[in-house]
Amino acid sequence: MRTLSARVGLALVAVTLVLAVVGPWVWGEEAVRFDPLHTLEGHSSAHWLGTDDGGRDMLARTLAATRLSVWLAFLATLIGACLGVTLGALPSVLGPRGARAVTAVINGLVAIPVLLLAMFAALVAGTGTTGAVVGIGVASAPGLARLTRTLAAGVEGADYVLAARMLGTGRLRVLTRHVLPNIAEPLILSVTASLGYALLGLATLSLLGLGVRPPEYDWGRLLHDALPRVYVDPEVIAGPALAVAVAGIGFTLVGESLARAAARAPVPPGDGEEADVPLGRSPRPGPSGALLEVRDLTVSFGGVTPVRGVSFGVAPGEVVGIVGESGSGKSLTALAVGGLVPYPGRVRGSVLLEGRPLLSLSRSELGTRLAMVFQDPMAALNPALRVGPQLAETGTVHLGLTRRSALARAVARLERTGVPGARARAHPHELSGGMRQRAVIAMGLMGDPRLIVADEPTTALDATVQRRVLDLLAEINAASGTAALLISHDIAVVSSRCSRVLVMYAGRIVEELPSDALRSARHPYTRALVASVPTLDTDRAEPLATIPGAQPAPSDVPAGCAFAPRCARATSLCTTALPAFESGVACHHPHEERPRAGEEEW
Amino acid sequence: MSRGRRAGRFVLSLGGVVVASFAMLHLIPGDPVRAALGPTAPREAVERRRAELGLDRPLLDQFLAYVGGVFRGDLGESFLSRRPAAEIVADRLPATVQLVVATMLLALAVAVPLGMWVAARTENGRGRRTDLAFTTTTGALSVIPEFLLAVGMVAVLGVTLGWLPVAGKDGAASFVMPVLALAAGPTALLARLVRVETLRELGSDYVRLARAKRLPTHRVYFRHLLPNTLTATLTTGGLLLCSLLGGSVVIEYVFQWPGLGGATVDAIVNKDYALAQAAVLVYGTVSLTVLLAVDVALGLLDPRSALRSRG
Ligand code: SF4
Repeated sequence: MRTLSARVGLALVAVTLVLAVVGPWVWGEEAVRFDPLHTLEGHSSAHWLGTDDGGRDMLARTLAATRLSVWLAFLATLIGACLGVTLGALPSVLGPRGARAVTAVINGLVAIPVLLLAMFAALVAGTGTTGAVVGIGVASAPGLARLTRTLAAGVEGADYVLAARMLGTGRLRVLTRHVLPNIAEPLILSVTASLGYALLGLATLSLLGLGVRPPEYDWGRLLHDALPRVYVDPEVIAGPALAVAVAGIGFTLVGESLARAAARAPVPPGDGEEADVPLGRSPRPGPSGALLEVRDLTVSFGGVTPVRGVSFGVAPGEVVGIVGESGSGKSLTALAVGGLVPYPGRVRGSVLLEGRPLLSLSRSELGTRLAMVFQDPMAALNPALRVGPQLAETGTVHLGLTRRSALARAVARLERTGVPGARARAHPHELSGGMRQRAVIAMGLMGDPRLIVADEPTTALDATVQRRVLDLLAEINAASGTAALLISHDIAVVSSRCSRVLVMYAGRIVEELPSDALRSARHPYTRALVASVPTLDTDRAEPLATIPGAQPAPSDVPAGCAFAPRCARATSLCTTALPAFESGVACHHPHEERPRAGEEEW
Repeated sequence: MSRGRRAGRFVLSLGGVVVASFAMLHLIPGDPVRAALGPTAPREAVERRRAELGLDRPLLDQFLAYVGGVFRGDLGESFLSRRPAAEIVADRLPATVQLVVATMLLALAVAVPLGMWVAARTENGRGRRTDLAFTTTTGALSVIPEFLLAVGMVAVLGVTLGWLPVAGKDGAASFVMPVLALAAGPTALLARLVRVETLRELGSDYVRLARAKRLPTHRVYFRHLLPNTLTATLTTGGLLLCSLLGGSVVIEYVFQWPGLGGATVDAIVNKDYALAQAAVLVYGTVSLTVLLAVDVALGLLDPRSALRSRG
């Protein structure tokens, strides 16, 4: 209830309610005082908003009508709530077939225009005040019924309800004991919200002449009577119109805020001051003539910094792996390399592709020299477009090809990645997971890229498909000299395919080493990672070594070494001073280098 | 949903509408003919009228006769004017359809680009001011009832400024105020929906990949994103179109538009039950047809839902 709209709504509702209480007392007499000498007048000092056909003051009538208008809306809401909740709860009591039938009826009723339903219900109930109230009540029932049904269906899947059913509790008892109490709050809030709609609906019916009849009067009736006069004295309509607007909008705003409060979304992170993070020194420059060179890359979101001073290089034709648990910043590093960090992320440091800053490259240069492959191939292909044209657009947009030759190139690239060319006419959902990922890779190959950034390219696929997709990447690398940056949480994937591995932990690179030297890693974290992977000669009977504890969240990375809380070798130095990255490792107390175990293959 | 089930449900719902329109007359407490003719009408007149309408026959006979009439396009005779109800409907319906279709086209034409534009401006919480302006404006428009907008426009644009005709249907200018008043709310709701849908799709991988391919922005939005937001837009659009039928009744009343809504209000006020029955039938059929059309369109547009229906 802190938003502006909620506050405005509350103020309007408060005014309305006060008027509803005091209105008839203060203005009630004046509102019905006949004055045959001053009928049908416009604005005057005695009657600001003019008079009606009985010479009665329009302003007084408007204010005095508040009580009846609000009261009728309240009654209609009550009727709607009783009908709606009963109808919506009915499927919970009936068997499955009955439940389905009632649900279908509810869904059908919801589609009927509310006002029409109200009109015809009013016709049956007899026009006049009763008819209007019943009509609006009936008309608001389907919406509430559907809400009740949705909420109840949600609760009915809950464990405790299933447990109660299992114990033989009857449906009715489950409904009253378990379901209704649990959905009461959102239901009550929604019923409150529908008060506003009831008020407006009643005003509409009365305006049409289907509601309140003289001598009684509500706002809608005042509008009905004043409408023909609007051509002469537009001000006579201002009172009731304004009153309906104030009350209707007030109730609706409050109702919406209540509904939002019932389903409170998590508060987005505020833009707090950016924490001043010391950048890790990375003295090691990338290989000269590097294809990709990343220096002191830092990515921050508000006060949170998931990537902290990352530096590395990729030589032409080299395959480099980045390994780390989720939350280590490896995926954001990949996005930063692609220049795709979403707002409000801030990227500092530099990313050079072929020696030129990423930002200085044109769209077409970037679109053709750099290819990206993401984790989920289903999500990465546009479900609404056929595969071929999706690939071909790189050709028409960046390479200046005609549609036809772009499509031919797309088919060629698909076949190159092992997708039958005929599948170019398929929609993404008609391909298997492995095929889709091949298509994504083929899409990247449309422009003869120098570097493929692949972020968890096989995680969403099953084991055999995984291997084939990795084989494909290796084959492309071997055949075209395309460099690759392969990002994965799976150290076995990375070590088998990459010449060099970067190990990330809590936003930093903690070790960089040739993949055949992983067994003799020096950083305690790398060692632990390696130990947690089963090898051919691991005794399957023994549990795998797991690393106790958890990686710190990007928002609370400690001052010293981030691994210290989980590290067996940690000393007091580790918790206070950040270990510098020197000769391939960032650790105060690295392991001794072991002789390489080159023959080990996993 | 398979084609057969969709057709079955449509026919079933139509049956529901026919039954409801028939039942309406019989649910009215007391004697509808007495109510229509007034308490002063002589007894014989009421009896004669009852016999004429067949109300003295068994219920099942009446129902079968009614259904037969509906199939022959005979919707009974107005109690009041004694004209065939079908003729009145045929006279009045086109004006209502014109009003509603014009409104829907306007709402779509404004809401879709607007929603996408605002989504692009406010992606990931940027553009706070655009966000606030959009949320406030659409919020206000969606809670102000159409009849207040209509009355306000008549008072200001029509009477005080004299820019536009205040009533009746006579040329393009007469469409302006009714269409604007009717379109404001649906446009606001639709624009909000399009924005939410666009924002969701903007976060998806295929948009990321499209951006990684460095496609021009317009291509990302119109070729990649738009088709994927259509499903939700059309579904809601269909429901809004149905609710426009309701809203049109008030708008027709305020602007004295010669449509079916005005005739329906008159029928209800005057207890002209036969005409009211015809109105229920027509409005119900039109709503159902709109929903079916949206369903079919979705099936044609979205390859996934087509697959689902086959599987
Ligand atoms: S710096 Fe200290 S805590 Fe960090 S890994 Fe090395 S030994 Fe462990």
